[in-house]
Amino acid sequence: MTAAIEFRNVCFATANGRLLLDNISLAVEEGTTTAVLGRSGSGKTTLLRTVNRMVEPTSGEVLVDGRSVREAALIRLRRSVGYVIQEIGLFPHMTAERDAGLVLEAQDRPREERLSRSHELLKAVGLDPKQFAGRYPYQLSGGQRQRVGLARALAAEPSVLLMDEPFGALDPLTRAEMQDMLRSLLARLKKTVLLVTHDLDEALYLGDRIVLLSEGKLVANLDPDEFLRSRDPQIEAYIRAFHRGEQSSASGAIAAPPIATPAGGRSA
Amino acid sequence: MSGFLGEYGGEIAELTVEHLWLTGAAIVSATAIAVPVGVWLTRRPSWAKPVIGVANILQTIPSLAMFGFLLPLPWLGERAARVAIVALSAYALLPILRNTYAGIQGIDRSLIEVARALGLTDAQRFFKVELPLAAPFILAGLRTATVTCVGIATIAAAVGAGGLGELIFRGVASVDNRLVLAGAIPAALLALGCDGALGLLEHWFRVPAPSASADAAR
Repeated sequence: MTAAIEFRNVCFATANGRLLLDNISLAVEEGTTTAVLGRSGSGKTTLLRTVNRMVEPTSGEVLVDGRSVREAALIRLRRSVGYVIQEIGLFPHMTAERDAGLVLEAQDRPREERLSRSHELLKAVGLDPKQFAGRYPYQLSGGQRQRVGLARALAAEPSVLLMDEPFGALDPLTRAEMQDMLRSLLARLKKTVLLVTHDLDEALYLGDRIVLLSEGKLVANLDPDEFLRSRDPQIEAYIRAFHRGEQSSASGAIAAPPIATPAGGRSA
Repeated sequence: MSGFLGEYGGEIAELTVEHLWLTGAAIVSATAIAVPVGVWLTRRPSWAKPVIGVANILQTIPSLAMFGFLLPLPWLGERAARVAIVALSAYALLPILRNTYAGIQGIDRSLIEVARALGLTDAQRFFKVELPLAAPFILAGLRTATVTCVGIATIAAAVGAGGLGELIFRGVASVDNRLVLAGAIPAALLALGCDGALGLLEHWFRVPAPSASADAAR
């Protein structure tokens, strides 16, 4: 197996000297999905953004398909890496079909090609082009918008897909639908995916590997079973905190219930 | 009344066209300056305050004084129409400049980020994302500027540049209210007409949103 994405001793410090990424080394195998977990501010979004050079590492190297991203032409690199962010990413003045084909438009591909490709993509993410192609973002639900965002990220047939909490803003039911759709889509398309999330269930459901970041450091890079069984105190703390949060939000209780065991904590 | 129109109708039409030409030329040249400068300011926000400040000061100069200032200048002063167009452009700068700047600055930062992340070049980001999203604001500025200029252009007659102001000044000088109205009414209608036409244009370029349900189905 070759690494589709490889981080080599990647560090990133802000202008005022705060270290957001602290010597991260990580290889992501081709065709697999790696879920990156961590609390807010742990550096997971920053890590994701080093891949398409929205963030330039202070030191270290990021490789995509064995080539340093620093050597790639910036525009070409970004077009070749799919990128999905939370809900807000669609352009309010573009119809679904135009937005989905925007990367092709940027490449000056002919209109017929763009449209047929974007219709094909809308279909692939579960939106009937006849019904949805001409709709603007405000005419779509949150889940439908996210589907268009995903279609757009896939338009240029990228080998690598970056997803930054793509389903974070959705209600639980829609989120579950989206996760199912993504899972079957990825099983078919064989993309290498880096998925940033703070939802442990989502990470376990979609991830072939689970990476946990804490204060810019890589704490774990395990497969889901190993992750759940891990005795690492930071992993245990994360799992415990996640299930407690889930339980208290489900029951509406403000006070923390007695510590739940990972397996028994699920009430939803 | 019909006798009056018979006597002055041709002149009113001629002066209306002249009035439109002065205003139009001024708006076109002000747009040609203010839109690029406004866009440039969004790339250099630290310049925004001083530059918009200068446009603001231009706006506060009384129009009669402005025409007077420009008249003695070489080349410019040779033709009254030149003076009028330059002066009117100066008044049109501020609304267009301010709205261009604010329109682009007001775009959600995350949309700009997405445009970059998708690999749009700077030019593509501008023409495909920033300009269409800012267009309604820019057009609103253009509209304000146009209506203002139609009004101020009546003063241009004071330096001999023509336009509907000529009838007004003549009417005032000869204490003939009919002549004053013959200039004032077409000028007012012209302002309303421009306002309406540019309002339609603004509507045409608006960003689709829930309230615009009328043609949402297309």
